[in-house]
Amino acid sequence: MTFDEFFVTGDPLILASQIAIGLTLIGLVALVSYLKRWKWLWREWFTTVDHKKIGIMYILAGVLMFFRGGVDGLLMRAQTSRPELQLLDAQHYDEIFTTHGVIMILFMAMPLLIGIMNVVIPLQIGARDVAFPKLNALSFWLFFAGAMLFNLSFVIGGSPDAGWTSYFPLAGKEFTPGVGNNYYAIALQIAGIGTLATGINFVVTIIKMRAPGMSWMKLPIFVWTTFITSIIIVAAFPIFTVALAYMSLDRLFGTHFFTVASGGDPMLWLNLFWLWGHPEVYIVVLPAFGMFSEVIATFARKNLYGYKSMVYAVAGIAFLSMLVWVHHFYTMGNSAAVNSIFSLTTMMIAIPTGVKIFNWLFTLRKGRIEFSTSMLWALAFIPCFTIGGVTGVMLAMAAADYQYHNTMFLVAHFHYVLIPGVVFAVFAGLYYWWPKMFGFKLNEKIGRWHFWLFVIGFNLTFMPMFFVGLDGMSRRMYTYSESTGWAPLLGLSAIGALIMAAGFAALCYNIYWSFRYASRDVGNDPWNGRTLEWATASPAPEYNFAVEPQVEQLDDFWHKKKQGKTGLKKSELKSVHMPSNSWTPIVLAVAFGVVGFFLVFEWFTLAVIASIGIIVGLVANSFDYDEGYHIEPEELEEEERKWRGDLQ
Amino acid sequence: MNAKSHRFPWNHLVGFVLSIAFTLLAVFVAFNTDFSASTILWIIGIFAIFQAAIQLFMFMHVTEGKEGKINLFNIGSSVILALIIVFGTIWVLTSGHAHLH
Repeated sequence: MTFDEFFVTGDPLILASQIAIGLTLIGLVALVSYLKRWKWLWREWFTTVDHKKIGIMYILAGVLMFFRGGVDGLLMRAQTSRPELQLLDAQHYDEIFTTHGVIMILFMAMPLLIGIMNVVIPLQIGARDVAFPKLNALSFWLFFAGAMLFNLSFVIGGSPDAGWTSYFPLAGKEFTPGVGNNYYAIALQIAGIGTLATGINFVVTIIKMRAPGMSWMKLPIFVWTTFITSIIIVAAFPIFTVALAYMSLDRLFGTHFFTVASGGDPMLWLNLFWLWGHPEVYIVVLPAFGMFSEVIATFARKNLYGYKSMVYAVAGIAFLSMLVWVHHFYTMGNSAAVNSIFSLTTMMIAIPTGVKIFNWLFTLRKGRIEFSTSMLWALAFIPCFTIGGVTGVMLAMAAADYQYHNTMFLVAHFHYVLIPGVVFAVFAGLYYWWPKMFGFKLNEKIGRWHFWLFVIGFNLTFMPMFFVGLDGMSRRMYTYSESTGWAPLLGLSAIGALIMAAGFAALCYNIYWSFRYASRDVGNDPWNGRTLEWATASPAPEYNFAVEPQVEQLDDFWHKKKQGKTGLKKSELKSVHMPSNSWTPIVLAVAFGVVGFFLVFEWFTLAVIASIGIIVGLVANSFDYDEGYHIEPEELEEEERKWRGDLQ
Repeated sequence: MNAKSHRFPWNHLVGFVLSIAFTLLAVFVAFNTDFSASTILWIIGIFAIFQAAIQLFMFMHVTEGKEGKINLFNIGSSVILALIIVFGTIWVLTSGHAHLH
């Protein structure tokens, strides 16, 4: 293998990125060394098992990946902003829409949601941590190793280029012989193990670790949606694991699961991919629904309308999610019976989703609405998401789908679902729970800029795509001729993308500004919240709650506040058992990343040698008898006095 | 952690060895015997059921604890899921276009 085949060369854009990445890495190492923070980083962050810190690391990684995926998006919009532009060639465009899709779904949406789940869920159920804190750290580091391995592809070896769906036969060795699509198979596998572990962790946490008295119908709605999401993760991710393993075997070892030679079937990949891929859509959108519900109830000053119907609607969506996968490939030439059944199940999804929309609207009705930034995101979500939902029902009709399939209409549809459904929710959640994570609010005025720029930019970017799609523009076209007449609409779309980018920049500036200047005096309950996370200090102490909360009803904290029963008695303080930090998760993840890198390049001897690292990590973990440590009542008292003043 | 969990995990070790043995046996049957394709499928299918049983009893504590109902519900939903995936896949991939040639 020559230098040329290893490093990606010959493109000024990528050369500039390579230099920028190199300089940034050197700069970071130099900065940490200069500040003498290595030990601190290792002790406080790299080896932590604290769910709040793990959540913050997830969020940080998610924002970073949002930037990468966003730049990919901007490049695509720039390339199609004028007819016959030569900014990107066809190959480069293919790579960019592939990485944009994978990164935005798996390395942006997932970690941002899982990050917020990590911070909030144990607090909302009154627990000290998740059920398996060390496994939680392993989840994060495996996700991070997978994400970094995937991102490496664009400077070393070449990016995957078969779309985020990586359809065979294109994704097979015969048509894409380079290492690009190996990155897809291996990096997603590593990140997927982490996600599966997260799913298991949250199922157990929510079943086993709820505060005394918190029965199922007293769970905050975000806990419910997280619980059901985790069940879908456990149900659906193994399918992707198997599909990726088949893909790896096909690409690395010459088997024929998905190639027609020797009796394989490329359509089997589509089938397995969407058996996971459709539930995946609900994995990212259900927790987001939960966040919106919390934000809307808090800022409308009312309890959530139709709590029980909300729970049943989420469970219904989860059940149906496993029965709709064929609607992604109606045009493969199925029998009429297959397409009809899957049209039917798909349209049925609109029923529970409609229930939820009306629940939110009725929660708002006659509420004393406070237009905070997080509430603005929730309010903008409802109409934007409805546009996505209604066009989804259009796409659900198999016969009509022959017209829309793989056009820009579809692209517009799923961006109208995923951006309001996930990105707006993450923004709402970040503004809402920021004080609980860091002890200060994000600035509301800069938040307004962030909100308006992003929402206007979003609509401007994706609304025109509905029209060029109906006019026949297929997705993933890297250029088009003047005579199509699409130029004005696509130009508008490019301007919209720039406005969205300005919105994202406003968020980054807001984080910077608030970190430096925002008031640190926010109290434990800055929004007049309803659920348990607001009962403890901001930022939440490492032990979460000095005394395990006792729950009597839904929105227990709200009612306790009204009755003035939120105080803490000194006599109630008992010694708190905490888990110790562990080095095994990060070391294991590094080993997984190295093995993955060697597998991508098909250097099997090196991969076998490096996998010794994984085995050593697992064995070391098995013989780890660390039983954690205790925080004594005196320390608790001192810590609690800092924000409560004197105890009762 | 109590003293009980420090005992040597024989169950896990036996389960681990058995599951590897069944995998190797399946590979052997598939590559090194002269049975017809359908006989091989039946044999490795039966091995797969043994594998699942080993997982459930040796690793997943299906017999332990008081939560019999929850276990039953879990196994039930897994079976339904498996049926949807297997029979759904067969139906989708063999009707329509594949049926025509």
